[in-house]
Parts: sequence; structure tokens; C-alpha cells
Amino acid sequence: MATPNTPRLPIYLDHAATTPCDPRVVEAMLPYFTEFFGNPGSRNHQFGWKAEEAVDKAREQVAALIGANEKEVVFTSGSTESNNIAVRGAALMYEKAPANSGKPRGHIITQLIEHKAVLDPCKRLQKEGFDVTFLEPPKDGIITADMVKAAIREDTILVTLMWANNEIGVINPVREIGALCKSRDIIFHTDATQWAGKMPTDVEKDNIDLLSLSAHKMYGPKGVGALYVRRRKPRVRLTSLVDGGGQERGFRSGTLNVTGIVGLGKAAEIAMREMDQDGARLLKLRKKLEETIVSQLDSTQINGHREKRLPHLTNISFGFVEGESLMMACKEIACSSGSACTSASLEPSYVLKSIGVGDELAHSSLRLSLGRWTTEEQIDYTIAKVVSAVRKLRELSPLYDMHKEGIDLSKVEWAHH
Amino acid sequence: MSYGPKIIDHYENPRNVGSFGTQAEIKTRKDVGVGLVGAPECGDVMQLQIKVNDKTGLIEDAKFKCFGCGSAIASSSLATEWLKGRTIDQAEQIKNTQIVEELSLPPVKIHCSVLAEDAIHAAINDYKQKNGIKAEAGAAAH
Repeated sequence: MATPNTPRLPIYLDHAATTPCDPRVVEAMLPYFTEFFGNPGSRNHQFGWKAEEAVDKAREQVAALIGANEKEVVFTSGSTESNNIAVRGAALMYEKAPANSGKPRGHIITQLIEHKAVLDPCKRLQKEGFDVTFLEPPKDGIITADMVKAAIREDTILVTLMWANNEIGVINPVREIGALCKSRDIIFHTDATQWAGKMPTDVEKDNIDLLSLSAHKMYGPKGVGALYVRRRKPRVRLTSLVDGGGQERGFRSGTLNVTGIVGLGKAAEIAMREMDQDGARLLKLRKKLEETIVSQLDSTQINGHREKRLPHLTNISFGFVEGESLMMACKEIACSSGSACTSASLEPSYVLKSIGVGDELAHSSLRLSLGRWTTEEQIDYTIAKVVSAVRKLRELSPLYDMHKEGIDLSKVEWAHH
Repeated sequence: MSYGPKIIDHYENPRNVGSFGTQAEIKTRKDVGVGLVGAPECGDVMQLQIKVNDKTGLIEDAKFKCFGCGSAIASSSLATEWLKGRTIDQAEQIKNTQIVEELSLPPVKIHCSVLAEDAIHAAINDYKQKNGIKAEAGAAAH
């Protein structure tokens, strides 16, 4: 194949991990570090008013992005905190019986491939006496409203399901699940970290009570995010986890991160305007990326539902090569892998395992996520690089030899250690 | 993972990649010992082969293939270099700690050197079995 022009290296294809800050965002933030540095909680001087004004504007921008009222937006340090406040805060507020009463405290529904920032709070609640159902997603990675319906019980108080998955990009039918929860008077939280700012969101039509989002996934700064908390039909209450000055209507005490919040607001405003155009462009590039790779290499698979996925993300398993060595072979391309060797836990991706990808193919996976400044030139380079890296590593792979000789790897007796 | 220059060198220019035949052929070749260790679901599989000269008793050639991370590939590549020209007895003395030292393997990658040592022993045992020599005790795969 023709060697594409070499773009500037390295190429960043890990936008699901974090995005660069849009220069327009940085520009909006800058005055709030030095000139308008006030504490929005200072109610009796100009410095405070100026900061409060900026926070109010950002609140409107975030509210507009998700179709909410600005009073429903609580600023946080990011999605992890938003998820904790939502899941734990709702569970403690709506519990059926207090801790140590010996009675069941209530039932929560979530699923196996949530982000750890939802799973771990759920597991902690489980230890503390709540009943938690972890729904098992099918091979396509999507939880349906019917699956939720079948899990709902008399004592179900909270359903928490992500909008789009961070590793495979699959999209859950949030609107239907939300409608179901509404009809049963169950609080519905969605972790929209990968979704918000990329895809259209309307908390009214989508029947959402609580929604988490993060600035740094939508070209804003790190360390700031928001939690949407519905104020009417129903008015959602939460037990606060951080007590103090009572900022953010008591949901989240602590002096507001004004610069970050201004950045989030600006990022939300830009995202709202540009998401359709960005999404359409990235979908084209992603299709080219995955279709070309799959057509040039045997024994590869796209993980997760083929259609119901975020436009900018793909997760591909390359049989018979290991993810970390694959990333080393294409070190000019910054991406992620489901391989154990790239994780701190030395376990392959639990997301891929949960959708039945199998440990071997989980070790062999790459997640490539595109962003606002990804170019076709970069994608062409990536295709060529990945294809040649996989070919090189397959030359090295005893498994690929066996596969070509017609040996069924699942029947080989491996020396486990 | 940030690796030292020796790992990168072995990874980028692996020595002695290959096989002395198809799986069926190497199974029956008496002058070749094959060690296949690890498992695909663990993310590491090493196949190490030694070719022994029955007159001199020396390992005259060694080859490897590896499915695994950069450290696993480097460890097995290094093992083939060290095996060549040794007697079986000398080859049995190779320790995983020597591989760790030579490559400056990071602590989380020590298991890769253990796997390489296992592969060496497995290849030697295969050779011994094929030739009716008693295997060393405790040298079987873990």
C-alpha cells in the first residue's frame, strides 16, 4: 500500500481518556486566574460579584447543553465526584431502613461494565447493607429497558446506568430506561461522561433525574465537572457527602473552582454548537479507520454493538498479538489497550471480559478514540502503522503459527502458572 | 510502561525468531527440544526451541516465538542468545534473576523472566524425553 504522508508525531487517539483544552476555553478562563480571582461566596464586594457572575453564566451554558434549568446544575471536581454524590447521595437519602437496623436498606440496579466510579460506590453500599443487582450485558454491551424491568423490585430505589461506555463506546437506551424508572418512581442516574458534549442531551425528554459529566472529556479543563440534579417531577434530594460552607445548595460544599467552571461552561457552549459537525466528521474517519484495518488483517474484531456506538471511538481486538507489545510497536500513536500489561491491576479489561470477549482477545485489544483535531492524514498514518505492527507481531506469535496450522487454541493444554 | 534500552533493543530487533518446523514436525524431531509455556488468556505464551548437536552435546541453535508484552518478547529473545553454544547442563543453570539483571526488567515484569526460565527448562525436558534422558526433578512447568 502507499505510504501516507507522515503527520506530526505522536498522534493522539486517546480522547476517551482526556481531550486537549480548546484554546477558546483557555482564553475564556485566563482572566479568572488573575484579574477576576474573587470567591463567588464573597457577597459583599465586586470581586465576589464578578466571580459569581462568571459561575452563573457557566451554569447556564452547562444547563443549555443538557436541556436543564440552571438551578439544577451542581459543579463538582469531575465525573468521579458527580457519580459518588449521585449514587451514594441518592441511596442514603432514599434508603428504606437506616444502617444497623438489621433491615434491608433498599435495592440498587447497575451493570457490570459501568466505570469504577459507579461500580465502587455501589460495592461500598452493598457492604453497608444495600442490595445491588449488577446486570450482565450481552455480547453487544447494551443494557435494554427490558433487562432493567426484569430486575426492578418493590424496594428498588435507584437505577444507575452509563449513557455510553468508556471502553467500547456502546450506547444504552437511556430514554427508555428513564421512562421505565419514572413510571415506577425510581431515581434514575446516568453517567454521561463520554456522552455529554458529544451527543444531543435533553434531561426532560430523556427522563433523567441525575446526570454526571466532566469538562476534560469535552475539550475543557481537568478537575471540574457537573452533576445535574432534577428539581421538579420529582424534586430529587441527596444526602451530601462533603459538608462545609453549603455551596452548591448544600450538595457540594467547598469554594467553587471558578476558572475551571468558566472553562466547563465555555466548553459546553462550543460543544453544543459544534457537536453535530464534529460527530459526523469523526464518524466518517472512524469508519475508514476500522473498515480499512479489518479489511487488511484477518482475525480481528470490533468489540461492542456495531451501530449503537459513539461516533469517535472504536475498540478492536487483534487475535494472536498482545496489546502492550502492539502499543509499543505503534508508539507514535497514543491510545489505550485492554491488555493486563497496560493496567495497574495486571488484569485484562473487565469491560471486554464482561461482554464475553474472552481473556485472550481482551489482551489483544486497542481502544482508539478520535477528537476535534483528528485529521484524515493522522488516520491514514494510524491505519498503516497498526496494520504493519500487527503483521510484525504475528510473525513473532506462536499462536498465529498454530492458528495457521489449523490448531484449535482452545483445545491446547496450556501450562498455567 | 517505560522500558530501558536493552528491552527496547530486543523488542525492536528480536534475535532468533522462528521455528525448526511446523508444530507437527518439531514434535517428532529428536534433535529439537520444544518448550511451550504460558497461556493465551494470561497474555503470555512463549515457545522456545533448542537444536542440540548429538555429537558435541552443544545447543547449536535456538529459536523463539512469543505472544506477550515487550518484556516477554525481550526475555525470550535474550534466552535464545544465551542458549546458543551451551551444553544442556550449562543451559539449565540460566536463572530468571540473570535475565532480570541483564534487561533491567521493572518489578511488575519479573514474571516474564520466570516464564523464560520455565521455557528453557521445558525445552530441555522435551529434548531429554525425546532422547530417553532422565529429566531434572522440579524442572517441570509450574
